[in-house]
Amino acid sequence: MIIFHLDQRSGVPTYLQLVQQVRQAVRLGILMPGDQLPTVKDVVGTLAINPNTVLKAYRELDHEGLVVARRGVGTFVADLQPSRPPDDLKALRTSLQRWVDRARAAGVGDEALADLFADTVRAERISRVA
Amino acid sequence: MITTPAISTDRLGKRYGSAWALRDCTLAVPAGSVTALVGPNGAGKTTLLQLVVGLGRATAGSVEVFGCDPQRDAGAVLPRVGFVAQEHPLYSGFTVAEMLKVGRKLNPGWDDAFALQRVQELSLPLGGKIGKLSGGQQAQVALTLALAKRPELLVLDEPVASLDPLARREFLSSLMEAVTETGVTIVLSSHILADLERVCDHLVILSRARTQLAGPIDEIVAEHRLLTGPRADVAEIARRHEVVTARHSERQTSLLVRSNGHVYDASWELHEVDLEEIVLAYLAQNRAEDPTLAMSA
Repeated sequence: MIIFHLDQRSGVPTYLQLVQQVRQAVRLGILMPGDQLPTVKDVVGTLAINPNTVLKAYRELDHEGLVVARRGVGTFVADLQPSRPPDDLKALRTSLQRWVDRARAAGVGDEALADLFADTVRAERISRVA
Repeated sequence: MITTPAISTDRLGKRYGSAWALRDCTLAVPAGSVTALVGPNGAGKTTLLQLVVGLGRATAGSVEVFGCDPQRDAGAVLPRVGFVAQEHPLYSGFTVAEMLKVGRKLNPGWDDAFALQRVQELSLPLGGKIGKLSGGQQAQVALTLALAKRPELLVLDEPVASLDPLARREFLSSLMEAVTETGVTIVLSSHILADLERVCDHLVILSRARTQLAGPIDEIVAEHRLLTGPRADVAEIARRHEVVTARHSERQTSLLVRSNGHVYDASWELHEVDLEEIVLAYLAQNRAEDPTLAMSA
């Protein structure tokens, strides 16, 4: 089961933080197809937030097809996304870790590191579109 | 679909002697909303909430709760309304069980099973004297009494002001659980803006006894922008958008505006603002305009 957390200083709307956390958990294999998301009451009770915020997040995820709401039962991670085998992710993480180590050794700081990564992803996407 | 608002006021006013505690207050609280009432001390928050729950008669204008006058139609309105007053007054010599008995005797719609279950879930000692409980527990007893009435509208005046951070969080958690389960409409006043941003979906800013801003929080946040740019006259921008606050340095001007559509003027840099900044801007605006407030604050 996913454990939600909130960063009130992030400036990201609360519902979007919940959406992002579910997306990330699915990407990382923390949430698997068929897994149940916490009930609205549970989320509301742990985070002390408005139930409409949770409903909005779950609706958005439903819209994206990432989860399926079953009336009166709960909200579950959908089946359809081709889930990446955990081994694959592990290998990717290891090679990324090596890259991070090398960047660190070259004296690259946190922010520059994140910029470099984001920039590379962006450049790759642009070249793919072109 | 148009549904009757839980609360609607029209130019509502209350005068004590020669002083207006509340004046020209027009607002609507939608049914099913969790509405925050914010404003400086003495802005009329408590007066407004008391008029809503039928404690006191309006001097001017009108207030309706579910379409009825809470004073004239008290019999119809009051069973549907729960009220947690400031400092949650309870009988400190009573035990929790005795307090629940009072609730049972006084309220025709009392849900005893719910009250007992809630007391148990919160580990409140049934035989414990109210006066011996912690502030957080007392607040929970007060909330239990109000909720066991099964109200459709729950009004809370500064419910968390006296609580420590953990008790505050627990109180708001159980309040939101109640909203989830019953869909009860909530109106609460508080000074703790961070809490309000978490739990509320509607906001009313009351200041100098008047409504300054009211509406859904996501709309309010979406409408307001901080504009920064080289020092400029605000008149130009004020023609199209409502300027809430303006600050100038020698070379720079910074404006908080309630935008009326897009801001196309390229000389301004636009920034998003969070709810806390918006509320503070409205409160500061009114303090600046009112010399008596500036002195007393």
